[in-house]
Amino acid sequence: MSARRPLVPTRYYKLFGRGWIGAAFVFLYLPIVALVLFSFNDSPLPVVWGGASLRWYRGLLQDEELLEGLWLSLRIAFYTGIGSIVLGTLAAFTLVKYRRFLGRTMFSGMVNAPLVMPEVIIGLSLLFMLVTMQRWLGFPERGLLTIWLGHLLVGMAYATVVIQARLQDLNPELEEAATDLGARPIQVFFLVTLPLIVPSLLSSFLLTFTLSLDDVVLSAFLSGPGATTMPLVIFSRARLGMRPDINAAATIIIGVVSMGVVAGSLLISRAERRRAAEMAAAQRA
Amino acid sequence: MSRPLVASFFDRVHAHPLFRRHSRKAVIALPYAWLLVFFLLPFLIILKISVSETQEVLFAPLIRVEDTSVHLSVRLGNYLAIATDSLYYKTYVASLKYAAVTTLWCLFIGYPFAYFMARARPSLQPALVMMVMLPFWTSFLLRVYAWKGLLMEDGWAARLLVALHLDDLLLRLDLISAPGKFMNTPFSLAVGMVYTYLPFMVLPLYATLSKMDLRLLEAAADLGATPWVGFWKITVPLSKAGIIAGSMLVFIPCIGEFVIPELLGGPRTLMIGRVLWDEFFSNQDWPRASSVAVVVILIIIVPLALFNRYQAEAKEARA
Repeated sequence: MSARRPLVPTRYYKLFGRGWIGAAFVFLYLPIVALVLFSFNDSPLPVVWGGASLRWYRGLLQDEELLEGLWLSLRIAFYTGIGSIVLGTLAAFTLVKYRRFLGRTMFSGMVNAPLVMPEVIIGLSLLFMLVTMQRWLGFPERGLLTIWLGHLLVGMAYATVVIQARLQDLNPELEEAATDLGARPIQVFFLVTLPLIVPSLLSSFLLTFTLSLDDVVLSAFLSGPGATTMPLVIFSRARLGMRPDINAAATIIIGVVSMGVVAGSLLISRAERRRAAEMAAAQRA
Repeated sequence: MSRPLVASFFDRVHAHPLFRRHSRKAVIALPYAWLLVFFLLPFLIILKISVSETQEVLFAPLIRVEDTSVHLSVRLGNYLAIATDSLYYKTYVASLKYAAVTTLWCLFIGYPFAYFMARARPSLQPALVMMVMLPFWTSFLLRVYAWKGLLMEDGWAARLLVALHLDDLLLRLDLISAPGKFMNTPFSLAVGMVYTYLPFMVLPLYATLSKMDLRLLEAAADLGATPWVGFWKITVPLSKAGIIAGSMLVFIPCIGEFVIPELLGGPRTLMIGRVLWDEFFSNQDWPRASSVAVVVILIIIVPLALFNRYQAEAKEARA
């Protein structure tokens, strides 16, 4: 863009912009920095620095309750990621490709609502439905399955938003070309559409996996005896006060998740760029 | 399987009359049925439980058929209690107030944030978006918990606030109860909520602001508008969809927030999410918990419809 005349760029404008962004990032990252720093603190008090130590990390290895919770949470998060991709793709496909069908407004409303609906409401109502179901049908028992159902409901909504955005940005000519060359709708989907939306599937998996790994409220309503997820363990301890062992666990979780997210997004954007380059080359040819 | 075999399999599937007639329906039906069963049906069930008589451990059916007459029994006692007990009324009002305050602060901090991000060098923007997203991906529970340490006596944030003499101001506004003590007050709750929900405001705002056609501002400047006028008359109206989407993404979930008030709030901070939680987990009063939830749903139904409309509009605009 070539502006004939600078629009607003006084020096103060730039300075103000940088300052505002900088301050907002300090606000966003300050708690994370504090968590990480105090996890290496030898003193159990979260405000007094008592020298560096790894004692809280050593303690984690003996923390059976937390480790069991972690294993359960990882399994639920994995299943949530997979399920969200499947349901999210179907829902996104429905919303993008089928412009008119009976109850479309209600459908899109139900897809979007879990994004903002308070979790206590979703948790309570889903629990009562599952309890009613159990009375009539004798299943499901509360535990991994019921927590997964709750996480899947919210995960599907997030996955639909991500995949829908991608489907809408697709060049329709690609699918049309495949159809003109004699491909059936199913073939078009599996051979053309699906490979093109893979990046959005990966990012929805990452997003719903981490959301599930973090959830307290839905899990609290939907868990049964013996099914305590890691966030539930952390939450019940955090309610009682500051505990340095939570800081140590937090540092590990935040480290692993951020590395996963950064690596995932770098991979996705690299694949995107390569595909865009191939696409451009194909069109020039 | 060789290629022709796959193709002939697809041909066969497609030629089948069942597929010809029903493939489209099947794609729509699966997510639709899932949502009806696991999203809509549960609401009908809590609506029913909220007006049910308890019969030992079960709930009595609403409609009974006896001989020749049909009995419909609807118990409105729970709603009556919510309407007359001032604690519920105060809690609903307080929850709405906290949600509104949180939304306004997120907008105040988030709008300039998103604006300057959208006007930053294009090569920098993906990294900035990533940096906003990253806290949102990493555990929300742990980040809220971290504020406990920052705001407790001698915590980093507490010391900074005292050094800036902001505690006097907060005390005068009745947001904290004693100088230097920030935890378990309306102030600590608001900080936690603004902190948690800020990315939800920034990302939709950034999405609309970064797509804006900057030539409009040039045109306005050519016609003699000052940058300030251009901002208020062009940039702000064009980002309306982002403002509404972001505000609803913050406002609606804030009303029923539970984890933040539980960790950072105190005896003075009434929130409806906590009341619902206690009715269910401590008092085990299912009908009462259900009716509290039904009233929350009634409150959020209008903002929810607004959110859906702008969400749909934003998507159609992309297409």
